[in-house]
Amino acid sequence: MDHVDEEVLDTERVRRWREERLARDYERLPPRREQPTTLSGIPIDDVYTPADVEGIDPLRDIGLPGEYPYTRGPHASMYRGRPWTIRQVAGFGQAEDTNGRFKYLLAHGETGLSTDFDLPTLLGYDSDHDVYRREIGKIGVAVDTVVDMHALFDGIPLEDVSTSLTINAPAAVLLAMYRVVADERGIAGTQLTGTTQNDILKEYTAQNEFIFPPVPSVELVVDTMEYGAEVMPRFNPLNACGYHIRDAGATAVQEVALTIAGALCYLEHARERGIDPDRLAPRVSFFWNVHNDFLEEVSKLRAARRLWARLMRERLNCSDPRSWLMRAHCQTSGVSLTAQQPVNNVARTAIQALAAVFGGTQSLHTNSLDEAFAIPSEAAIKIAVRTQQIILHESGAADVVDPLGGSYYVESLTSRIEEEAVELIGRIDDMGGMIAAVESGYANQLIADSAWEQQLALERDERVTVGVNAFADDDNSTGIELFKNDPGVAERQMQRLADVKRSREERRVADALRALEAVAGDLQHNRMPLIEEAVRARATVGEICDVLRSVWGEYRPSTVF
Amino acid sequence: MTDFTNEAPPIKVVVAKPGLDGHDRGAKVVARALRDAGMEVVYTGIFQTPESILRAVIQEDAAVLGLSSLSGAHMEYAIDLCRMLRENDREDVLFLVGGTIPDDDAEHLKSAGVSEVFGPGSRTADIIAYIEDRVRAAA
Repeated sequence: MDHVDEEVLDTERVRRWREERLARDYERLPPRREQPTTLSGIPIDDVYTPADVEGIDPLRDIGLPGEYPYTRGPHASMYRGRPWTIRQVAGFGQAEDTNGRFKYLLAHGETGLSTDFDLPTLLGYDSDHDVYRREIGKIGVAVDTVVDMHALFDGIPLEDVSTSLTINAPAAVLLAMYRVVADERGIAGTQLTGTTQNDILKEYTAQNEFIFPPVPSVELVVDTMEYGAEVMPRFNPLNACGYHIRDAGATAVQEVALTIAGALCYLEHARERGIDPDRLAPRVSFFWNVHNDFLEEVSKLRAARRLWARLMRERLNCSDPRSWLMRAHCQTSGVSLTAQQPVNNVARTAIQALAAVFGGTQSLHTNSLDEAFAIPSEAAIKIAVRTQQIILHESGAADVVDPLGGSYYVESLTSRIEEEAVELIGRIDDMGGMIAAVESGYANQLIADSAWEQQLALERDERVTVGVNAFADDDNSTGIELFKNDPGVAERQMQRLADVKRSREERRVADALRALEAVAGDLQHNRMPLIEEAVRARATVGEICDVLRSVWGEYRPSTVF
Repeated sequence: MTDFTNEAPPIKVVVAKPGLDGHDRGAKVVARALRDAGMEVVYTGIFQTPESILRAVIQEDAAVLGLSSLSGAHMEYAIDLCRMLRENDREDVLFLVGGTIPDDDAEHLKSAGVSEVFGPGSRTADIIAYIEDRVRAAA
């Protein structure tokens, strides 16, 4: 048979099209940008063709949803079976205030809870601390003892609703509190679902809410993972976070690589302690940032899933398929929100949320339009919830699995992000892993440099931010009603703490803290049962953290910028 | 050879993060921009108290203090610092606040002694120009 005249879309054909057809268009209308890149700086071509996916094997690299390497999604049915969880983070004031917000959100169709804690709680200080009391209840809810935790979840069926606790340095304490609250309410540990964020490595690189040095902190994370596997086996004690790394300035590739390198670090430390990664890995979940570049974000989520599956199978030799699959929560990008013309943030958030859905997220937080300023108002957070419901019920995006799979561009970008992340993880391995990358300042410098590059691109007007460096209004007043902190919160919280301290059994508290102190220095000894006993005795977050501070010291790195 | 004798000494700036807020992307970007613009920048790092920030300003004999806050506690820390600068006869320090500062708060801060508030989306070029104008004018 003679195929000479048959036209195929091969490299040669595409080259001819570029030189003859496309060049003609550009003569009339020059390209708007000299070398377009993704938001993260990956150069992009004008069009993608079969030639760009030649090295990608549809079976090996893309596969089917719910099957290795999970590029198309961790579950086979995806949203046709179960929609993603609508999970808006909430936290302000005292436990009762946040409990009220939880109930408001559930009443408006939220399907999972997520809690932000205030800065003293995040950093292991009590509300009666003389300097930090001015931060009580400002950016999250104040929790000093398990009594606050009871109030936080009062009337909420913990056996039915999954709960995320955005806590890191003192995550072991809050995880124990959650378990103790359930236990004291008669709910079994096996019924609990949710996550503690508990990714301390990204605190050193991005969010800066650390207390202790990296080595004991990583060991404490391993403690929580082992404890979780034993007493609350459906709960995810580790939620490895790219979110903060990205918001601190990292590119999409850096977000994926630093986060996965961190997750590997915990599992490899566990393995050194003789804990089989297959026991812990099925309960590792992830948390990604979904930024403005729609197709880059979709590709990033697909790439991260594939890379994790491959690393778990090939590097950690996990044999349980549940260890291979990456389940993730996504949040739209906080740093992409503008203070100028804040209502525009609704459009940004909707586009980002759609990217998270096309990327196959299991759970999603949509930012509220006023979050460049304050805790969201009820009105603003309701629009954010409604945005997810519109995507779920009206857009059709949830009715087919991985609809962008097979797109020449998306597959090519997915592979590119995976390859570059592999390369960066290799560099981190060469320097001794994530702890070394933290202690040397390498990871922080990487992120600071990317943040700087993005600032320059904005200031040179190479990137347009609508309402800021283009289409700006003369009048910059926001025109929105902002949430106001209740000034009485600090006083009331200090009073409650004093009441708890007066009514608890001091001897039991002292014994529990002494027992913890005795084993804290032994990094191979799981400290969770002792932390749990201290929590049951009504010891405070600050008291428990002070014991660990006295043994481990505090981490005070030099700052790179 | 270039004659440096007529050049003014670099403007000295302390960039500070008060309290427990760890959001330091903005502080670092501004610190780097000011340094690239030829200023001498001391970045305190996170977890500073008003006392430690005042100490840095006095020790460095800084002409400018840039305070960055994204935790909603900007009023308390900035107003404390306004008072402390006054009490230590350092009202001459050009005091700038950056971060997520609502409009109403910005007005309060300015009436309490803050020279200017640079919110989200500010250009570092504008911050640099503002500092250069004000410090040169005061010199």
